Amino acid sequence: MNMDLMTVDNLDFYYGSHRALKAVNMPVVKNAITSLIGPSGCGKTTLLRCFNRMHDLYPGNRYEGAITMRGVNILSKQEDLISLRSRLGMVFQKPTPFPMSVFDNIAYGPRLRKVKNKNILQERVEKALRQAALWDEVKDRLNDNAAGLSGGQQQRLVIARTLAVEPEVILFDESTSALDPISTQKIEELMVELKKDVTILAVTHNMQQAARVSDFTALMYLGELIEYGDTKTIFTRPKHKMTEEYVSGHFG
Amino acid sequence: MNHLNQRKVTNIIALSLASLCAAIGLALLFIILFDVLKNGLGSINWRLFTEDPAPPTIAGAGGLRSAFLGQGLLTLAAAVIGVPLGILGGTFLSEYGRHHKISRVISMLSDIAVSIPSIVIGTFVYAVLVKPFGSYNGWAGAAALAIIILPIIIRTTEDMMNMVPWALREAAFALGAPYCRVIWNVVYRSASAGIFTGVLLAIARIAGETAPLLFTSFNSNFFQLNMSAPVPSLTVSIYQYAASPYQNWVGMAWAAAFVVTCFVLLMNIIGRLTIKLKVKG
Repeated sequence: MNMDLMTVDNLDFYYGSHRALKAVNMPVVKNAITSLIGPSGCGKTTLLRCFNRMHDLYPGNRYEGAITMRGVNILSKQEDLISLRSRLGMVFQKPTPFPMSVFDNIAYGPRLRKVKNKNILQERVEKALRQAALWDEVKDRLNDNAAGLSGGQQQRLVIARTLAVEPEVILFDESTSALDPISTQKIEELMVELKKDVTILAVTHNMQQAARVSDFTALMYLGELIEYGDTKTIFTRPKHKMTEEYVSGHFG
Repeated sequence: MNHLNQRKVTNIIALSLASLCAAIGLALLFIILFDVLKNGLGSINWRLFTEDPAPPTIAGAGGLRSAFLGQGLLTLAAAVIGVPLGILGGTFLSEYGRHHKISRVISMLSDIAVSIPSIVIGTFVYAVLVKPFGSYNGWAGAAALAIIILPIIIRTTEDMMNMVPWALREAAFALGAPYCRVIWNVVYRSASAGIFTGVLLAIARIAGETAPLLFTSFNSNFFQLNMSAPVPSLTVSIYQYAASPYQNWVGMAWAAAFVVTCFVLLMNIIGRLTIKLKVKG
């Protein structure tokens, strides 16, 4: 039973006068993994960063069209970005541990929400670390600086930090591209596991990854959405010639 | 291979010239340090720190206790005024104001302000905080010193905060943190070692200043730490004692100069070590 959590309606995005997204339309299905694929510079990261309004941090950026979530356009000027970003978490390409202990990293989000009680914080941290399959590796070093973890552990730490905010959606921006194959596999398994609780939207350069983990796939090219569909169809019987060429590695 | 030899010769000439200049600079520095060490160590004793100034005619009496405390008080007051202003100013340039042209202008003006001769700042403060009140006073001295450290701290803070990768800020924003929290517990934390070093170096810079104090807090021969009156100053005392005809005063000036030099050296060493251990390590 597929239910759309969000819909992208006729979305245009401009960096100054450059139109980076052109009339994008697609659904984001609840409790599923949707992959955004396409060659470099096609706009997939730009699209992903529209969902949590990351573009608002820089001047001269403009949205047209809508991303609707429960009947509300999250691109509207009235949208409260702080609450929006706690509902839609984001994991970046490179691990971004804060310069503090493992515990404080995970507790960052809850503390922003004024959770001060030590026991509650402790519970939340443990739960998030367990969800991110990191608890066993770090339970004895919660007070160590997070910079001391390996790259793969740091990325799972960031996922745990995002989970501790209890978001509905997690946006992954090529989050495994800087990791070794084993760490990548762990994170992929984790993404599949997390589907129960959250909706995932992931940008990836790795075609096999999209095919392996995602339920739905969208191909983008030059700011346009070329084709959207369930992953199996996209990879086996695509409607567009361009999709077929891209997924089989003939261009891009 | 004529042109190859030519390049070698050019290289040797450039290398020798550069080394020679470095050697001259170092030699001068060491001559000064050696002089301060030789003369200072010869005259240093506990009285310097435990007794207040006495007339030069009384042999074996008098020290510079009040001057040490006064100088410390002025430096502390300058730091209390200048450090928060400087850090907040640098924060504006690196964060809130980074897309505004005015930030580039302020940044450039700060670079220029770092090299304003300190006597000019002293004269300016004299006109604003001494002349209208009719008396030299400690606040004027502290203000002059604060003006000297302000651009240094603004620029170090800005540079250190700019070194913090944007990805880290984005990660904090993505968790729903407001900008002030992003700055407070992510950017400051990452840049803390650098900012701390900047503050130490700035304090080292003013700890040995004489010119800006001459026209502002001047000096006092009495033990008095009232900031509304002339405050005893170590550097001004050194200036006066060293120029005096009395042997024991000249000796005390050397000893005090030695102590100030050690303090500045220590500040610099701590600063550099902090950077080495925390920023690079």
